[in-house]
Amino acid sequence: MKILVCISHVPDTTTKVQFEADGLSLNKTGVTFVINPYDEYGLSRALDFKEKEGKSVSITVISVGGREVEPTLRKALAIGADDAVRVDKAALDAHQVAQEIAEYADPREFDIIFMGKESIDFNGGLVPGLVAEKLGWPFVSFATQMELEGEKDVILHREVDGGFEVVESSLPLVVSCQKGIAEWRIPNMRGIMAARKKPLSVVSGVDAEARTTTLSFTYPPAKGNTMYIDAEQPEKLIDVLADKGII
Amino acid sequence: MSVLLFAENSQGEFKKATFEAATYAYDLAQAMGTDLQAVSVGQVTEDKLKELGKYGVSKVHRVADERMNAFANTAFAAAVSAVAKEIDAPVVVMAQTYNGRAIAPRVSVKLDATTVSGAATLLDPAAKFKAERLAYSGKGVETVDVNGGKIVVTVKTNGYKVAENPTAVTVTDADFQAAEQDFDAVAKEIIKAAEGISLTEADAVVSAGRGMKGPENWPMIEELAGYLGAATACSKPTADMGWRPHHEHVGQTGIQIAPNLYIAIGISGAIQHLAGVSSSKTIVVINKDPEAPFFKVADYGIIGDLFEVVPKLNAYLKSKN
Repeated sequence: MKILVCISHVPDTTTKVQFEADGLSLNKTGVTFVINPYDEYGLSRALDFKEKEGKSVSITVISVGGREVEPTLRKALAIGADDAVRVDKAALDAHQVAQEIAEYADPREFDIIFMGKESIDFNGGLVPGLVAEKLGWPFVSFATQMELEGEKDVILHREVDGGFEVVESSLPLVVSCQKGIAEWRIPNMRGIMAARKKPLSVVSGVDAEARTTTLSFTYPPAKGNTMYIDAEQPEKLIDVLADKGII
Repeated sequence: MSVLLFAENSQGEFKKATFEAATYAYDLAQAMGTDLQAVSVGQVTEDKLKELGKYGVSKVHRVADERMNAFANTAFAAAVSAVAKEIDAPVVVMAQTYNGRAIAPRVSVKLDATTVSGAATLLDPAAKFKAERLAYSGKGVETVDVNGGKIVVTVKTNGYKVAENPTAVTVTDADFQAAEQDFDAVAKEIIKAAEGISLTEADAVVSAGRGMKGPENWPMIEELAGYLGAATACSKPTADMGWRPHHEHVGQTGIQIAPNLYIAIGISGAIQHLAGVSSSKTIVVINKDPEAPFFKVADYGIIGDLFEVVPKLNAYLKSKN
């Protein structure tokens, strides 16, 4: 079984987000970049398969980006992926990234492509569905559980409003992952050493085009002016909320 | 040429998110000088379909295939795309629900269109369909425009106020047949996580964290939620410790919500938690620690012992009911 895990290189969750003066990009000074946490669920689920099925499972990780994404790919190798691919193009938007990934995956006969349900930087959640449609594959989004049924079938749980859906699908399949599908893993020293020797190849990609243009990044309206209500008379909160028509 | 709404139903009923998307689509159609049509997938009664006229839909294209009473994103995307092509829709609008998010990218590939996900403002047809959307898990606002061509837009839930725009509506059967392979991945059953109001749809959410000291203290949270018609939620540590079920966990790795009112009780407001709730319209924080980071994003704060504050709120609400 061949598994492809797509990795987005994103600022750590705890980053204090600040934009450059021109408002066009994130100020990266002092920012730690990590594997997108939702992608890491996909990587962990792939490793669970590998541990169960043994050497017959190979795991490739892929990211679209410049050299700066290589440490993030190395981390994925340290966690346990077999090899890594970097598509040497700046990631511009979901359409362009999806096109690059689909072009890479199409001739290589993967059985499963895992991705996170969204990246924590752009939060678009589009790449999994775009890749599935470009490849003409089934797609299961927001997966919280996944088990193989025989050779070519899978049963998944997928989050929906107010509960879960049990979905049956055939392989090959694109799965977008979230919490529940697997537990994150911490790379150990042996993994980190081994990762240095694992192959990380760079491919030039297909010059896919972006379909959107970011005009600016701004900050959401500042909150900050909290109205405090005396803890001795909390009932006032209810009156205020009712006056404002909030409740 | 008409704007097309994907009118998502849930077991044959339209929900608030669909009416929000309809209102958004109607306003967009007005700005573009055209009308609004809708596509409905799965079996929905004619009366229910006509309800869409209230929100500005002039024509409903029905794909009443019983195989599509259960969700199958490939089949749904094929149906929506077929109708979009038939009416030459320049823009397809849908709610940013779980299902909307699953089919929007597929539809955009089929139509060679651009997807704008989670739009918080109306696309501006006069300015390359410029729109605002949240990025960096709510810590930034991105303004994007579209480099030409057709557009698929998903509307942020609780992001656009529902308005009625009564319109004479007709219902017609769409000329569409789903193929066998459109059902390669299909929902077999739905398991309800809990009775009551679902978190992502709730108008108000009462959430509690480690400050509760133990699961046995939750009845007062449920009581408060009951008076407010709110859903209940919890922080990650309380779900991890097994005090509360995992499906109640809101935050970065849990469920992300944007209700009109979010009341956080005994939750310090770690950045991972805020990433999942910070787009809520009004935030109330009750915490005995005045240094709790949550107060920095709160609209209303009560610095006090939740074991004294919450029962007082409940008693007051009870007296008012």
